[in-house]
Amino acid sequence: MTRRDALRIAMPWLVIAVLLVVWELACIFFDLPEILLPRPTRVFVVFCQRFDILLAFCWDTLWTSLMGFLLAIAGGMLLGLAIGASAFVYSGLYPLLIAFNAVPKVALVPILMIWVGVGALPAVITAFVISFFPIVVNVATGLATIEPEMRDVLRSLGASRTQILLKVGIPRAMPYLFASLKVAITLAFIGSVISETVGGNRGIGFLMLSAGARNDTATTFAGLFAIAIMGVMMYAACALVEKRMTRWAFRGEIVG
Amino acid sequence: MAFVELRGASLTYALGRDTTLALADATLSIEKGEFVAVVGPSGCGKSTIMKLVTGLMPATAGEVEVAGNKVRTPIKGVGMAFQNPTLMPWRTTLDNVLLPMEVVQPHRGRFRRHRAEYVDRAMKLLGTVGLADFALKFPWQLSGGMQQRSNLCRALIHEPELLMLDEPFGALDAFTREEMWGVMQALWLERRFTGVLVTHDLREAVYLADTVHVMCRRPGRIVMTRRIDLPRPRTLATTFQPHFVELVRELRDRIQQEHD
Repeated sequence: MTRRDALRIAMPWLVIAVLLVVWELACIFFDLPEILLPRPTRVFVVFCQRFDILLAFCWDTLWTSLMGFLLAIAGGMLLGLAIGASAFVYSGLYPLLIAFNAVPKVALVPILMIWVGVGALPAVITAFVISFFPIVVNVATGLATIEPEMRDVLRSLGASRTQILLKVGIPRAMPYLFASLKVAITLAFIGSVISETVGGNRGIGFLMLSAGARNDTATTFAGLFAIAIMGVMMYAACALVEKRMTRWAFRGEIVG
Repeated sequence: MAFVELRGASLTYALGRDTTLALADATLSIEKGEFVAVVGPSGCGKSTIMKLVTGLMPATAGEVEVAGNKVRTPIKGVGMAFQNPTLMPWRTTLDNVLLPMEVVQPHRGRFRRHRAEYVDRAMKLLGTVGLADFALKFPWQLSGGMQQRSNLCRALIHEPELLMLDEPFGALDAFTREEMWGVMQALWLERRFTGVLVTHDLREAVYLADTVHVMCRRPGRIVMTRRIDLPRPRTLATTFQPHFVELVRELRDRIQQEHD
């Protein structure tokens, strides 16, 4: 590895470090009160002090997000396959989906709480609703962009629609699905935290809200960092799965 | 009774209020085991003939018959190869070649239990086109000519009675293309399937075919049918013989007439 490569890998960490230093210096220089903007070092100290509490609340958020995410994969794939494979389902459902996606999901949380009460369930449902749209769109796109010649080859062999879907459609849609998972997992976190913040009694969103109410801004920031770290970790996991499962779609990187 | 019969077959595309007559009143017959080429400039309805014969599109007028049956829906078990190799990038070359076995009966029912036997068969076929060592590579690791050779293997593995080739060598460089003519001819001499080759390369048509049909556009129609009486196997040397050159010229002149 050359020095240039090493520098390229270190770049994101360097940028984070510079940002934190600028932030720290700005707090000292402008003499900002901690209730307005705590210094990063202070946030770090609180992060360490309250690590066990943060971990417990993070765990709540993590599993509600993952539950919603898994439901979104299942539902999104089914709906995406239906929309991509049938022109009728497409024209019937697609406008509806777009309209639904345009609805701010924050607005759903109070309704959800009337229906299912406070707790984990509204968070799971919000995570599901918010992360399922990109999966549907991507899977449907993967199916709809099959080369017509590929279809003709199979049709002239006498393949049924189901066979064409199994042999070409689904493998073809896989890279699109995995690409959407990276987007969807971060959206699932947003969904969970929104639900916890609007009205909940659990999760990192609730922790931040109650810390804010006690003017404990440092803890709120610690929560913010915790969410970011979880988000990045989940994104990285999805990206890894993507590369493993659809090696052929990344062929440029393998053959060089 | 010929194997493939077109009687006054026409195809009109309708796009909104516009209609385009892609193929007008085509009549031709292809004997079993014959290799036929259809030549002509782009847009003359060459590919339309393919779609009609395979039933991928129904004729809007006239009749299409294959093996004595009227063609209305896609007929089964035809081998097809296009200019774009359309290999599946998620399958190895071997698995791509085996694809028809997973779809066409009776192989489909036996495929899982007798996989080894089918792999053997595919490997033999890949061997005849010089790809035995590349069976486990993915298509995107192969050159254009190799991809097209695997494509031919996929079109032939289930031993179809009818092989449809739509400009299969169009995207290859001149040298690779001439090499592929040899590969194609060897496969045909060995298996004697009925072949329909659509191309705009007149030398390719004369090299490979027993009969060449010349088409012209607006509307697409067959204007000339010429038997090619060159002995087989034809080689690259054949293409420089006076008779070969004369045949190519005759076809070229007929196409030119339409443009004068």
